[in-house]
Amino acid sequence: MSLRNYSIPLSIIVALVLQITPMPAAADLYRPDWVLLVLCYWVLALPHRVNIGVAFGTGLVLDILLGTSIGVHSSALCLCIYVLAANYKRLRNYSVWQQSVIIGIMAALYNLVIFWLQHLLTDIYFLFEYLWPVVSSIVLWPWLFWLLRKIRRQLRLQ
Amino acid sequence: MNLMISSGPSLLNRLALGLLMSVTLILFDHKFNGFGTTRVYLNSLVSPLQYLANLPGQMLDASASRLVSHERLFNENAKLTHDAVLLSEQLQRLTFLKEENDRLRSLLNTPVQDNTRKVVAELMAVDNNPYSQQIIINKGAINGVFEGQPVLDNKGIVGQIMQVSSTNSRVLLLTDVTHAIPVRVARNNVRLVVSGSGSLRELIIQHVAHSGDLKVGDLLLSSGLGKVFPEGYPVATISSIIRDESRPFSQIRATPVAQLDRLKYLLLLWSRREAEQNLINTVGTP
Repeated sequence: MSLRNYSIPLSIIVALVLQITPMPAAADLYRPDWVLLVLCYWVLALPHRVNIGVAFGTGLVLDILLGTSIGVHSSALCLCIYVLAANYKRLRNYSVWQQSVIIGIMAALYNLVIFWLQHLLTDIYFLFEYLWPVVSSIVLWPWLFWLLRKIRRQLRLQ
Repeated sequence: MNLMISSGPSLLNRLALGLLMSVTLILFDHKFNGFGTTRVYLNSLVSPLQYLANLPGQMLDASASRLVSHERLFNENAKLTHDAVLLSEQLQRLTFLKEENDRLRSLLNTPVQDNTRKVVAELMAVDNNPYSQQIIINKGAINGVFEGQPVLDNKGIVGQIMQVSSTNSRVLLLTDVTHAIPVRVARNNVRLVVSGSGSLRELIIQHVAHSGDLKVGDLLLSSGLGKVFPEGYPVATISSIIRDESRPFSQIRATPVAQLDRLKYLLLLWSRREAEQNLINTVGTP
């Protein structure tokens, strides 16, 4: 089955596209961290297939797409995925709502690491607006979790 | 079924490796600018994703242009014809003035560098990275676009080319925090440097003494001193001046002339020297 083999890379590619799709400036602030969320799901569900290596590679692609210095997004993704991969057994047993709180903390860590690295490279200032993606990621997580679990069960991914 | 991560190095080692590689790449990319030409290939490699991401917007645009009413097209056509007549009248005066100016300049032995080649590019995507202000346009290395090339819209200077890929390229806007452009005041030729603020509607002018002869509303033109932007294109107008004597310099803000939040068609400029260089390159490579 080809779809079974390609479903994880395909979901990551869809996440990358959603991350860079042009949106009106007003809605752009609230764009959830699609790539982080999809990787989070896969690392919790199938940690032997998706972990730090995949996160690193995806981060590099994201860096090239967003035009940041190569390595900024990859380091932030590596860090977040490490935390989840180290605790995946415990996190799996949480309810979806508890998980979304954890995901929110991860999204905050992700955005702050990216801000901090960019701050070291160029002198930008912190605005609390930069943390809106954390809120939208928390809201999005249950729906994404449900969708990806449905895909995983349908295709019997292991 | 073995769900444990037993094969390969441990998680912590993987993290250490990932972070080490990231930091090396950041240093290599940012401090030493190590991905000079490789970045062209990398950008070309991921550009299918960009085209894919752009598809919904393009489809909306296409359906919107199909649904334009006959009356609106008619009105638009009338307005454009009207504009064309007015502009051609100005152009007649301009050719006369330009010839006269060239003659006077040649008397002074200081010919103006004029731009020989111009290409209109279209906006492809606006970057959603909140920390830097970049846009992507639909012309790339195959059209002869090069790094550091000036980009304009119909009102004034927009920015410069930051990265080139084969079919599209990335423009760093004037308002990015890492961008600065040398200008002069149109009224009295005072030279200034205008740097970006990180917000689309604002520019900052630093290190101006309190006694500097500047007024709110002054138009700033590019001075051509940085050898990146050609001379004499509008850049910004001064929007506010705070002369607080307790600070060493006055705090001056300016608004960009180009409508950076409403970009659609952009103009790429080649100066004579670069156009010739470009011609040699394209002829040289079969």
